[in-house]
Amino acid sequence: MLEVNGLNVGFRDGRGVKEVLRDVSLRVEDGEFVSIIGPSGSGKTTLFSVIGGLLSPSSGEVRIGGRETTGETGHVAYMPQQASLLPWLTVAGNIEQSLVIAGAEKGSARKDALAWLARIGLAEYAGAYPHVLSGGMQQRVSFLRALLSPQPLMLLDEPFGALDALTRAEMQKWLLSIWEENRRSVLLVTHSIEEALYLSDRIIVLSASPAEIRDEIIVPFERPRREELWEDARFNALKGRIYRHLQTSGRKEQPHG
Amino acid sequence: MGNKKSLWSRVWPPAVALGALLACWQAAVSFSLVEEWVIPSPAGVVREAFSANVWPRLTEHTGATVGLAMIGFAGGSAAGFGLAALLHLLPGVRRGVYPLLILSQNVPIVILAPIMTMLFGYGLLPKALLVMLVCFFPVCIAMLGGLSGTDEGLRHYMRMIGSGKWTLFWRLELPSAVQSLFSGLKIAASYSVLSATFAEMLAPKTGLGGYMVLSTRGFMPERAFASAILIIMISLALFGLIALAERLVIRWRPEKGETKRHAGG
Repeated sequence: MLEVNGLNVGFRDGRGVKEVLRDVSLRVEDGEFVSIIGPSGSGKTTLFSVIGGLLSPSSGEVRIGGRETTGETGHVAYMPQQASLLPWLTVAGNIEQSLVIAGAEKGSARKDALAWLARIGLAEYAGAYPHVLSGGMQQRVSFLRALLSPQPLMLLDEPFGALDALTRAEMQKWLLSIWEENRRSVLLVTHSIEEALYLSDRIIVLSASPAEIRDEIIVPFERPRREELWEDARFNALKGRIYRHLQTSGRKEQPHG
Repeated sequence: MGNKKSLWSRVWPPAVALGALLACWQAAVSFSLVEEWVIPSPAGVVREAFSANVWPRLTEHTGATVGLAMIGFAGGSAAGFGLAALLHLLPGVRRGVYPLLILSQNVPIVILAPIMTMLFGYGLLPKALLVMLVCFFPVCIAMLGGLSGTDEGLRHYMRMIGSGKWTLFWRLELPSAVQSLFSGLKIAASYSVLSATFAEMLAPKTGLGGYMVLSTRGFMPERAFASAILIIMISLALFGLIALAERLVIRWRPEKGETKRHAGG
């Protein structure tokens, strides 16, 4: 589904070129849930911008669905950290507009939006403006908007990072229940080791700047995932393994890195 | 019901204050503290305004002033809106023009009135051009500010899902700028009446501004006061109209004082 090959990205600053990504290669298969985890400032956002086509790499290529899409936008469905619902559109209108921009037909976009809002229990908010929704509800709408987009690859950019711990746990459970019924290819960026282990099939660990791939972990737990995953000894072993990677790469982190 | 009551409670204090002020004014004239031929009494102004030979002329001039203000407001706002959109879509040109636009804010545009009259004579054209110019700048600046003040997170999201420059403009930047646009329009609405009246004073043939000048020259203070009151009313009405339009267009804003309605989850 997604292939990223030999990505190098650098930004020019006062003293020369600051390397952000160094030789990053990764794949996401059809219907696979892959997480990227790394210390803050490790270039995860840059990586997403490159995959989304907003940013052109110094070298390397991005292929989506077998076709090279380096530097081209419009090939991914996207869920940002902030819900990013347009305040002047209703909840249903927000979903509809994003689907239309992504290339869906207006009538079917409307129908899908309403049907799915009902399915996730937000039918009564279809005609409401986003500001009446709680943070968690806004993120559900934001996820739905990405899920319904016709693009087969979904990029989730720390989608629960701004939520409180309880809402966050609820949202992870909710997302998983929907995703396990509608397997899409997902690439998730997260800071949370537990979140990555709970949700993904595979975890890619990045180092601090410049970001390189440190480790790749195949998550062994069967689906549908149990909530009590943390009782499993393998869960803690993997958690320790990822934690050590993040620690050692954190050590070379710069003050504002 | 509660809303109605709060509206009433906001309206009556200034209404009482205004009434008291008018009463004092009337009393000052009635008891000959000031001479009626220096400052006319409110009742005298009303009596004169509705008299048979003044009222028809007042309505005619009011029509002219409203027309001029509306033409200028519509033309100036449209031009301001258009140029703002153009500059926003052409960042290179914007860099050259924007500083000049800001500088031009400090030019008292009414000083151009005699030049306009010199160039275009005493007809409608120079007056309309002046009002347009006056209305143009606040709309253009407010609109440009609104367009470039678009939320960066929303912009990033819209670009990630594949919006081009044009989609960004219509679907994101323009709706984001609506609120700023209305601020500019409200300023322009007030300015339009002000500058229309001023333009009429320079060529006092039609309009309330002209009528006012002629009345003062003929030393008819009641008529001058009546014109002034009508000008103020036009100005308020135009402002109110824009404010009403704003309320109708921007329906998504949370009501003042409304707390976020969290329904769990």
